[in-house]
Amino acid sequence: MHLKTVLLVGGVLLLLGAATAVVQFLKRQPEGGTDSALVRLFDQRIRVWWMMWSILAAAFLFSGAAKTVIVFLFFLLSFWALREFITLTPTRRGDHRALGWVFFCFTPAQFILIGMDNYGMYSVLIPVYAFLFIPARVALAGDYKRFQDRTATIQAGLMICVYCFSYTPALLTLDVVSVNHRELKAIAEEIETQEVEGLSISEFSALGILQATKSDLTKMDEAGVSEDLIEQIGVAQDERPVSGSAAARLLFFFVLIVQVSDVFQYGCGKLFGRRVIAPAISPGKTWEGLIGGAACTMLLGTALHWATPFNPWEAAGMSLVIVVMGFGGGMTMSAIKRDRGVRDYGTLVEGHGGVLDRIDSICFAAPVFFHLTRYYFSDIAG
Amino acid sequence: MRYSQDTMNSRSLIHRATATLPANGRWQRPIARPFSHVHPPRLRWNMTGKVLAILAKLFSGYTVRWIDCQPDTCQRVYFANHTSHLDAVVLWSALPPEVRSLTRPVAAKDYWERGRLRRHLAESFNALLIDRKNIKVHQSPVDQMLRAIGDTGSLIVFPEGGRNTDEEMSKFKSGLYYLAKKRPDLELVPVHMDNLNRVLPRGEFLPIPLLSCISFGAPIWLEAGEPKLDFLNRAREAVRRLKDA
Repeated sequence: MHLKTVLLVGGVLLLLGAATAVVQFLKRQPEGGTDSALVRLFDQRIRVWWMMWSILAAAFLFSGAAKTVIVFLFFLLSFWALREFITLTPTRRGDHRALGWVFFCFTPAQFILIGMDNYGMYSVLIPVYAFLFIPARVALAGDYKRFQDRTATIQAGLMICVYCFSYTPALLTLDVVSVNHRELKAIAEEIETQEVEGLSISEFSALGILQATKSDLTKMDEAGVSEDLIEQIGVAQDERPVSGSAAARLLFFFVLIVQVSDVFQYGCGKLFGRRVIAPAISPGKTWEGLIGGAACTMLLGTALHWATPFNPWEAAGMSLVIVVMGFGGGMTMSAIKRDRGVRDYGTLVEGHGGVLDRIDSICFAAPVFFHLTRYYFSDIAG
Repeated sequence: MRYSQDTMNSRSLIHRATATLPANGRWQRPIARPFSHVHPPRLRWNMTGKVLAILAKLFSGYTVRWIDCQPDTCQRVYFANHTSHLDAVVLWSALPPEVRSLTRPVAAKDYWERGRLRRHLAESFNALLIDRKNIKVHQSPVDQMLRAIGDTGSLIVFPEGGRNTDEEMSKFKSGLYYLAKKRPDLELVPVHMDNLNRVLPRGEFLPIPLLSCISFGAPIWLEAGEPKLDFLNRAREAVRRLKDA
């Protein structure tokens, strides 16, 4: 395993351990000293985090099958979230067949395509094909009451719970370039001018070119770099610890930042919160919480930039994007819940918040994070 | 020691008696049924039944709520609203295993005896098949049910008769009243099944795995001298109240 991966996964393990210890300590405190509802909430959250952490860490261990395992686990989560969403959607009998397609065809297909790394298909399957198919199938069933209402909610459920959420495991398919884009470009330019032909392999490594991708090698070939050198780089590239580990760290980083951003926003809101943003939708979300949470999250994201393909500034920017999108997700799902008159998506499963309550911010942040990373920090051709 | 049904039949009554001792919890204890021709006692490990219970849980994602009522192996009649073919299987699966092995859902013979698979399934969840169309004087459904449970078993009934497509429950048929009248000692437990009509509505074959909720309410009994209609309305109200509980 790559050293950075060990550091990242281990560091989070330590943090989680510390958090668990704190919560256990608070739980043992006599009544009245602490806000028991708050402690219970954190206790519940920490349990979910342990689960997430073990899933991701286990996936790193079985690096050979990691992608398949992670994609499958995310499929299960997505399926469950969609189940919660549709359960709380007032569908009618005429929607039954369309829902059958949604659950048993589109949802698995989306994740299979991600497993197959077929970006061209998985990025359009739901927004184009499912989008057109659902209303047509509902119309075929012959019930026109609240027609557009029903089809739109089914489409929204599929988009949020499946399509958007599926971009999280899709991060694994990115061929992330570990040096950032500008440096790589400079190197490519140097290669073009053949200045580097005399460099030794260690000097190449210093330039960060050891983490160059396959298409870089092709580029070098075209630029007329000697075959010997390309072969050396190629060999060195094969010796890279785990080829997908940069992408796996990116996934870990993303999930971590989303979760941490929720906590920081909650904490800052509790401490400094005064101006509620939308009292009718979410009385707990305040401007102070959002801004303070964003600042803390950006600090942490910056501190973790070494594990990602981003430089410190970029890591801070990406963290900000995650915070803002995650916040939007939380607000949107709260609004839907208010409209349906429930507190949690998991009200049918007593004692737990639903899966959808846990992943709402991931759903909104994932596609944006994925596309930004794909466009600016990955080798798209590869 | 393992007994299969074939070897059992060839053994003497003494052997049979030893075999019925609850030596191994995995064998279904045969229920004392005075008229065993209704359903022969089965002594094999009910594999399909277990698979069915798991599938029912997976597909209907039910949550079980016991409101003012606790699971118990005492003799009961669970009566529920009926909206889906899945009702009987799901309600049966939602009971704890010890209770489940003593409980028989009452189901329509004409539906569950059509085709081999259905017959096998019905047998697996220990359904008591009642002929809706061909009711004889000496074979009244209520008598059949009481005979089938003897003095240990419990029943699951759907007093609405057929499956209901409307939001509102239809009127209860009088069977529940006669059950209560003939056996006043039975606990009548109201059960409300929420959302199952969306999992598998009438006329569909593929269940959509939504989440559902099953609520068990406080038992009721037939009051002394209570008129039939009053009792049936009270029972129906007991089920309906569970929806918002």
